[in-house]
Amino acid sequence: ISCYLSRSANTQFSVRRSARDITNMSQQAANGLPCRGKVLNLDNMNPNVRRVEYAVRGAIVQRALQIDKELKEGVKKPFTEVIKANIGDAHAMGQKPITFLRQVLALCAYPDLLDDNKFPDDSKQRARRILEACGGHSIGAYSSSQGIECIRQDVARYIEKRDDGISSDPDNIYLATGASDAIVTMLKLLVCGKGRDRTGVMISIPQYPLYSAALADLAAVQINYYLDEDKCWSLDIAELKRAVTAARQHCNPRVICIINPGNPTGQVQSRQCIEDVIRFAKEEHLFLMADEVYQDNVYAEGCKFHSFKRVLFEMGPEYSTTVEMASFHSTSKCYMGECGFRGGYMEVINMDPEVKAQLTKLVSVRLCPPVPGQALLDLVVNPPQPDEPSYDKFMKERTAVLAALAEKAGLTEQIFNTVPGITCNPVQGAMYTFPRITLPQKAIDKAKAEGQVPDMFYCMKLLEEEGICLVPGSGFGQREGTFHFRMTILPPTEKLKFVLQKISDFHIRFTQEFS
Amino acid sequence: RSLVPQKVQKNHRKMSALQEMSPNVRNIKQLQYVALIRRASQIKEELRQKVRKPYKEMIDVCWGDPHRAGVKPLTFVRQVLAACLYPQLVDSDTLPVDVRQRARMLLRGCAGGSVGSYTAPAGTSEIVHGISEFITRRDGGAPSYPENIYISPGSQWALQNIINVLVNSEPSSPKTGVLTPLPCYSTTISSMVGLGAVAVPYSLCEERGWELQVEELQRALESAKGVCKPVALYIVNPGNPTGYVQSRKSMQEVIRFASEKRLFLLADEVYQDCVYGDNSEFVSYKRVLAEMGPPLSDTVELASFHSASKGFMGECGLRGGYVELVNMDPAVMKYIYTLFSADSCAPVLGQFALDLLTSPPQPGDPSYPLYRQVRGSDDQFAGCLIVVNSLPGFSCQPVEGGVFAFPRMHLPPAAIHKATEMGMQPDLFYCARLLEEAGVFVIPGCEYGQKEGTYHIRFCIMVQEDIMEELLRRLTSFHTQFMKDFS
Repeated sequence: ISCYLSRSANTQFSVRRSARDITNMSQQAANGLPCRGKVLNLDNMNPNVRRVEYAVRGAIVQRALQIDKELKEGVKKPFTEVIKANIGDAHAMGQKPITFLRQVLALCAYPDLLDDNKFPDDSKQRARRILEACGGHSIGAYSSSQGIECIRQDVARYIEKRDDGISSDPDNIYLATGASDAIVTMLKLLVCGKGRDRTGVMISIPQYPLYSAALADLAAVQINYYLDEDKCWSLDIAELKRAVTAARQHCNPRVICIINPGNPTGQVQSRQCIEDVIRFAKEEHLFLMADEVYQDNVYAEGCKFHSFKRVLFEMGPEYSTTVEMASFHSTSKCYMGECGFRGGYMEVINMDPEVKAQLTKLVSVRLCPPVPGQALLDLVVNPPQPDEPSYDKFMKERTAVLAALAEKAGLTEQIFNTVPGITCNPVQGAMYTFPRITLPQKAIDKAKAEGQVPDMFYCMKLLEEEGICLVPGSGFGQREGTFHFRMTILPPTEKLKFVLQKISDFHIRFTQEFS
Repeated sequence: RSLVPQKVQKNHRKMSALQEMSPNVRNIKQLQYVALIRRASQIKEELRQKVRKPYKEMIDVCWGDPHRAGVKPLTFVRQVLAACLYPQLVDSDTLPVDVRQRARMLLRGCAGGSVGSYTAPAGTSEIVHGISEFITRRDGGAPSYPENIYISPGSQWALQNIINVLVNSEPSSPKTGVLTPLPCYSTTISSMVGLGAVAVPYSLCEERGWELQVEELQRALESAKGVCKPVALYIVNPGNPTGYVQSRKSMQEVIRFASEKRLFLLADEVYQDCVYGDNSEFVSYKRVLAEMGPPLSDTVELASFHSASKGFMGECGLRGGYVELVNMDPAVMKYIYTLFSADSCAPVLGQFALDLLTSPPQPGDPSYPLYRQVRGSDDQFAGCLIVVNSLPGFSCQPVEGGVFAFPRMHLPPAAIHKATEMGMQPDLFYCARLLEEAGVFVIPGCEYGQKEGTYHIRFCIMVQEDIMEELLRRLTSFHTQFMKDFS
């Protein structure tokens, strides 16, 4: 059969090429050339989708992939590999999976291995329990849309243990395809209204761009509240008040999102701060979305993870019976780093029962979350206990991962702060550093002349010269006139030192070049 | 210490109330058989507690879920997945050589050699290439380009992303319409409504084996005038719940219609591996389009969907599906990439399942003989239909494809009357009784839409042989009693 089908443009190419395509098409249309317009085109596609951006996988990453290809094809460059420090993917950077987790999952995938004596008894017991709860005893069967019941029960018990006994109802737990899925689902549920009544959603600046992407997709109003860089990215209630008051002029603020520990900033909020946010949410009548996926990633002395739910309940019934909240967790981060499984959950608190019924209905449209991810989550909330055979190895591996991250967090802050023009707040938690970079005016002007945001210009140059892929701060939001980049602290220590050195050298060179 | 939430403060206004939530979400129809789901769950628990019932186990055939219905997963698939999950197995000789080779290959495509890493948003490059090669082979050489393929957590996820791009969400604009078959798989309708689109039903012709007739497409299009602006035509082939497999001629008519009326073609082909009988053959919309030549082959915009959930692999829980986009505007493709990238990526095990689906063991591979063992013969399905059609009042159109039987039931007036008294759809009433008295869980036709005054049930026929026998035995016995009770 001869080939009659036309080839769509390769979307891996740089942004500029796509722009040219668009220009060509517009010109054709304008000149009335016999080009039969596409049924689905820029003019009639969903205008909301046109506003969606996701910097973590944006233009700079596409260029990085292209360079990867060029290196593979033998093109000579000043570096031998592209180091992708743009995405919070621990295994991609060489972190090893936790043995116990993978043993149980392998047993679930191929239950014949239950007869293999290479697998410890506690791993087999967990696998049997999970398989028992699956349709046809297979992880290949659909589960109920809210997630396998006994796993939700295990999650509820985990939350109770974590929060010193505060009760958790399995019916309030929704397993999801990663925390991102649950976050988007909640926003889909809550966003409504027209014009001045349109739902406003408060989000920190800087933020993880999943939020801005979802808000653009849903045409919700994004209400920015600025974290205080000078105070280690802490949250200031006065700033929250300023933001919500201003927002009431043009929208209906109904939701506040908070990421703790923070992404990209890594700050771990104090207990006092969390109480203040809860009080603020009650006063302003806002639904609270607490993104807590980095809850095990806390490094700094004196910092501790306080779950929003726990603090809420410890504030007494005036708050614990009224503030409506959803908190999110995931299997992608912490010590597991199992991003590829797309496992996660949310717990909803004090939701109106009728609205909750709508939520349950909405998640059924996704059919069900991936069962291996659900199984993995079950292991995370139900790890080996001290009296079990796998305990020692499990704890050793877990501790090693978290200790390495803590070490790298400290190292990163220390090295960056030695570079004139780079200021780095302590990486209290999460997996990233978000240093502020001072750019010479000449560089800013050059960037603008080329139609690029200055920190993108900086990061692109770093990519081309050193093969290091970061994400410019503009992708996360930052105060006007300031510039940042987000780098992960995930590469192995030696490689991280190398990366930090290269970036430092580059920064000095860059500053000189544009002085 | 346990702080149990106390009574809510008086006069407290909820932050999220029914009036203050997304109207699109509110407009999604609640499942009709929700009460059945709850009761089935209770019955399962009661059986676990050894409560006395006329049956020892429930037969759950309400989903297109072969594993749930007792079909065993494919050994090769599960061995590869286990080796990828726990790479110590790759180096041991517990598993066959070809399993270990495939696992090595798949792990090489993973960052850091781990299934725990994110992949590229559209899926691992090697797997996406494998899918495009599979498509080309399937379609007699019609080329497929990897950059037009996106892997997603199940095909419905990709379908939702594409519909999201199609929907015009401006409040001032007319609502976006999508032509959908009646009967239709309810999840798809819910997705569309949830995204703010309107489903515009076109009836399939039951008397002619659930055939799709272009005149009916035309009628549906006209019915949309003043209600919404139809932008897409959604086809399920092979059908769900109907089991109809479209002829090439019918597909050509549909393509011409879509081109003429400027509709985006959404071809849901997840059951393409489930085709039975001598007179049926699955041919993809892409292939038919390619064979029709220019200008149609260059211009008709098409999205076709496939999945690892169906067929004899049946790995629904792994959530692996893909969409192939044809003749799309390159400028729009850029935004599709962004949408998928914000979702991060499809679960890696789901991606692997797709790879194993599109590049299965070949003759000569150690795993090949076991892999090719016949799973559920056409005879078994034919046998099932013979039994169903023998039941008084049942008439089932031939099942040429898909994994469901969707027989029509002519219920006695007394039964219809009783159902109406109880405020239930008659077929829902029938299903509730069937669940309670015979422990068989099927879905009533009202869930999918059906012609007024007709009643159906849908149940999965890709079922382990013993379970199928038991199902038919219980159904026959229940139905006989039911007809007696309501004569």
